[in-house]
Amino acid sequence: MTKFFSSKPGIVISGAVIGLVAVLLQKFGNPANMGVCVACFERDIAGALGLHRNAAVQYIRPEIIGFVLGAMASALIFREFKPRGGSSPLVRFFLGMFAMIGALVFLGCPWRALLRLSAGDGNAISGILGLFSGVVAGSIFLKKGYSLGKSVKTSYAGGLVFPIFMIALFLFLIFRVSFGEGAPIFFSETGPGSIFAPVLISLGAGLLIGFLAQRSRFCTMGAVRDVVLIKDWHLMSGVTALVLTALVTNIILKQFHAGFVLQPVSHSSHVWNFLGMALAGLAFALAGGCPGRQLFLSGEGDQDAGVFIAGMIVGAGFSHNFLLASSPDKLSEAGTILVGGPGLFGKYAVIMGLLFCLFVGFTMKSLKIKKGE
Amino acid sequence: MEDMIVDARGLSCPQPVLETLSAIKKFEEGSIIVLVDTTTSRDNVRRAAEKKGFKTEIEVSNGGEFRVKLSK
Repeated sequence: MTKFFSSKPGIVISGAVIGLVAVLLQKFGNPANMGVCVACFERDIAGALGLHRNAAVQYIRPEIIGFVLGAMASALIFREFKPRGGSSPLVRFFLGMFAMIGALVFLGCPWRALLRLSAGDGNAISGILGLFSGVVAGSIFLKKGYSLGKSVKTSYAGGLVFPIFMIALFLFLIFRVSFGEGAPIFFSETGPGSIFAPVLISLGAGLLIGFLAQRSRFCTMGAVRDVVLIKDWHLMSGVTALVLTALVTNIILKQFHAGFVLQPVSHSSHVWNFLGMALAGLAFALAGGCPGRQLFLSGEGDQDAGVFIAGMIVGAGFSHNFLLASSPDKLSEAGTILVGGPGLFGKYAVIMGLLFCLFVGFTMKSLKIKKGE
Repeated sequence: MEDMIVDARGLSCPQPVLETLSAIKKFEEGSIIVLVDTTTSRDNVRRAAEKKGFKTEIEVSNGGEFRVKLSK
């Protein structure tokens, strides 16, 4: 079975299942073109925990919990659960934070960029081009010897911390825990945070995707990186399968609407779509995986991936507290289109993030690897 | 001739593959031993090496680490 999932049919089937499940989640109630969005869903979790107070985006998304626990189940079954960590955790935290800031300027992670594209949202194109540029830049750093250093084996308990955090989140969700009047946990009453598929369907979808992606090593950032660095199309064939399956499913379910105007939770400030995703792509490449992959790795016991996700969740808090995240295009009362885009300070944050990533890319180098012993 | 040894344990993706490819560039004869500690790295190294025309053999050590032997 392990061999099957690391084969070409294995990755193609994984990509196709992810594309299908993501689009079906929209049919079951998730926001439009947001069947699965790691950045948006972590942002909603940050909101639910009160790390930001944007009332429209607060919900504990079971898909994220499922990703981690599904990957963990797969890793345990196939003896791939390996607690490890200690590879530049603080740098990874900040990479996660800036990756989230970039993703929320675009309004989505690489997964949502692909889902938006497969639903006809033309604004996704500038984001995907940005993502591609960011990953290419990261790949050049890797080729020049960039490294965050080696991780080491840790205690078993260390590897369980992140999955246990996910279980705690799930308990908060199903028991609708409140810590007091006007205190978290918050659940949106309007806006994207109030739109969701039934909990068990979302959790089941997350578990399935987590399991499959852990087996097949599905990674949207890795797909671009492998093509650029080693001309390996293995992961890219999975990503292509995701887009094509989502496209066909969207057409069948009549969820396909081609165009650039008033697409769901999307803006047409293309320069910032590009730069936001360029920042996210560069940060993902420097950290070794797209946000989905980081979740699957954390389920395998990789605490560095867990630190990256913690950085993303804090980044989501900052994005909304400091008015960085973009607002979507809207229709005014007079019937004209109000173009959305980054919040008041979003542009500065993207530039700061790019400078941070360049600093990391230029300065962090591999320790010499022994050869010829 | 001694085997070339690439110790890529603890490195995140795709560094084990890049280190392997750089060793392949320097390869003349004998074999290359790549040490990795995750199944993802093991699979990626194997795929990259086989694409470059190498045969691969994999040994698992007690600690769950992998020794990927590349030979022509």
